[in-house]
Amino acid sequence: MINNSKYAFVTGFLIFTLFPVFWMFKISLTPDRLLYSEGVVAWPSQITFDHYYAVIVEGSFPDYFLNSFIVSFTTAALTTLIAIAAGYALSRFRFSGKTFLITLLLVTQMFPIVMIIAPIYNVLTFINLVDSLTGLILVYTAFNLPFACFLMQSFFDGSPQELEEAAMIDGCTRLQALEKVTLPLCLPGIGATLGFVFTAAWSELLFALMFINRQSQMTFPAGIMNFVTKFSVDWGQMAAAMILALIPVCIFFAYIQKFIVQGLTAGALKG
Amino acid sequence: MNNPVSFKMPSFSPAWFYLAPTLLFISLLVVVPLVTGISYAFYSFDLLAGTKEFAGLDQFKKLLSEDTVFVQSLVNMLFWTSASLFFQFSLGLGLALLLNNGFRGIKIIQPILFIPWAVPSFLIGLMWIWMFNPVTGPLPYIFEAIGLMETPENILSDPDHAMWGPIVANVWFGIPFFTIMLLAALRSIPTDIYEAANMDGVSDFQAFRYVTVPLIAPTILITLLIRAIWIANFAEIIIVMTNGGPANSTQILSTYIYDTAYQKMDFGYASVISIALLFLLMVYGFAVGRIRNKMPTYV
Repeated sequence: MINNSKYAFVTGFLIFTLFPVFWMFKISLTPDRLLYSEGVVAWPSQITFDHYYAVIVEGSFPDYFLNSFIVSFTTAALTTLIAIAAGYALSRFRFSGKTFLITLLLVTQMFPIVMIIAPIYNVLTFINLVDSLTGLILVYTAFNLPFACFLMQSFFDGSPQELEEAAMIDGCTRLQALEKVTLPLCLPGIGATLGFVFTAAWSELLFALMFINRQSQMTFPAGIMNFVTKFSVDWGQMAAAMILALIPVCIFFAYIQKFIVQGLTAGALKG
Repeated sequence: MNNPVSFKMPSFSPAWFYLAPTLLFISLLVVVPLVTGISYAFYSFDLLAGTKEFAGLDQFKKLLSEDTVFVQSLVNMLFWTSASLFFQFSLGLGLALLLNNGFRGIKIIQPILFIPWAVPSFLIGLMWIWMFNPVTGPLPYIFEAIGLMETPENILSDPDHAMWGPIVANVWFGIPFFTIMLLAALRSIPTDIYEAANMDGVSDFQAFRYVTVPLIAPTILITLLIRAIWIANFAEIIIVMTNGGPANSTQILSTYIYDTAYQKMDFGYASVISIALLFLLMVYGFAVGRIRNKMPTYV
């Protein structure tokens, strides 16, 4: 009885999660002329792979894809590295200004991003990084850091401090103790942080749209917007591009989910 | 190295050495732009002439005395945030409890359930526009079949119910965040606590109420805090799906800010509304912080 209702709930969640994705998949296979006439049927009377062909072969989608991968991967690595240091400090040290710092990190999440795009643009102009993937990576890193710091702090809170102190008594410096004792223990937590930052950078649109102008430097969310800004919206190609973009994310998630859950378990956000 | 574990407080804490890169990034790319953005509130912008004039507190007075859209957006935002948060949290918690119990096929199903978190927000909006449209999507017919609608109509063009469209899309997107976080918290509870409770003859519900809930309460609070802030600031789905309409019925503060800044090109006034939003979120953050500090720690 309990088992049956459990499967009913899981099935319900699966349907809720997958139905919109299935509908996009259906649109991506529907020939343009049937898009509206067969708009509400679950499967079109005829299917076509033209949209996928157009996106992969004719469009610059592979370029967008590569850019997105470079940006997301570098952002995730850079953010996690910096957040490890900051999270360690927040977890292990008591210092004046700590409450202020935590408040500041939270406040950065509270102000609407649309209001600070222009000032960020000016900063990027000043350091000569407008219209470059490097500039985008730096901005993503800055905006993902607060949450990443809180995550890493909770992992360090969850890892035993005694081991580290023992290593330091045995002659390790604090940095050596961190590297050899604490970091290996926090490896799953590092995986979880990487995962969160990667997905955030992978799906970000606003900054990508505002700071990148060159076609060759666009990430895929900005690239997909190209389908909208033409004379009419090319729904079929857009749906195909979206389905393609989901594939690597699914693989990535399937690969790191073990880390994410294990990692968060170790830290469990003691906040 | 004679005294590695020092309890003396140095005048300059070594913590700042570890925090330096974070501070560099945050101050250059977030705090400096943030202060600039806030300073807009005290200027009145004339983009046609390309000038800005010092306006003092005039625009704040306008916001508090004569702006009815602001009041409406504020009410809508409270509804949008609380409804989204309620369903994301309760469904996310339910799913986390299911996954925590484990079942056959969980390894395949779990990554599928996490998919929505990785979809770019404007695509989520577009996807659900299709779903709610009677020409291109199934939902109006389903609503008709179960008696929610008399004829299949687009919920997004109905001023009384339009907000539910973006809320459903937002719930779809946000469940995995709570599932991941709460699942992790559940997994970190030592199983011997439950065994002890079992031997004392505690029912499943009592174990949940008196063991599980208190132990995951800190995670619940911090996720509710950060998600509420993100949802209140989350404008993309609404901008794509309804653009605040019909008749401002889906206008929330962050879409109103976007509209004021980029459609009306009034950055000064948009900044004033942003400061109001910032103030409200800080009050909320302060309240959650107080509750957190009063909570007993079990671990």
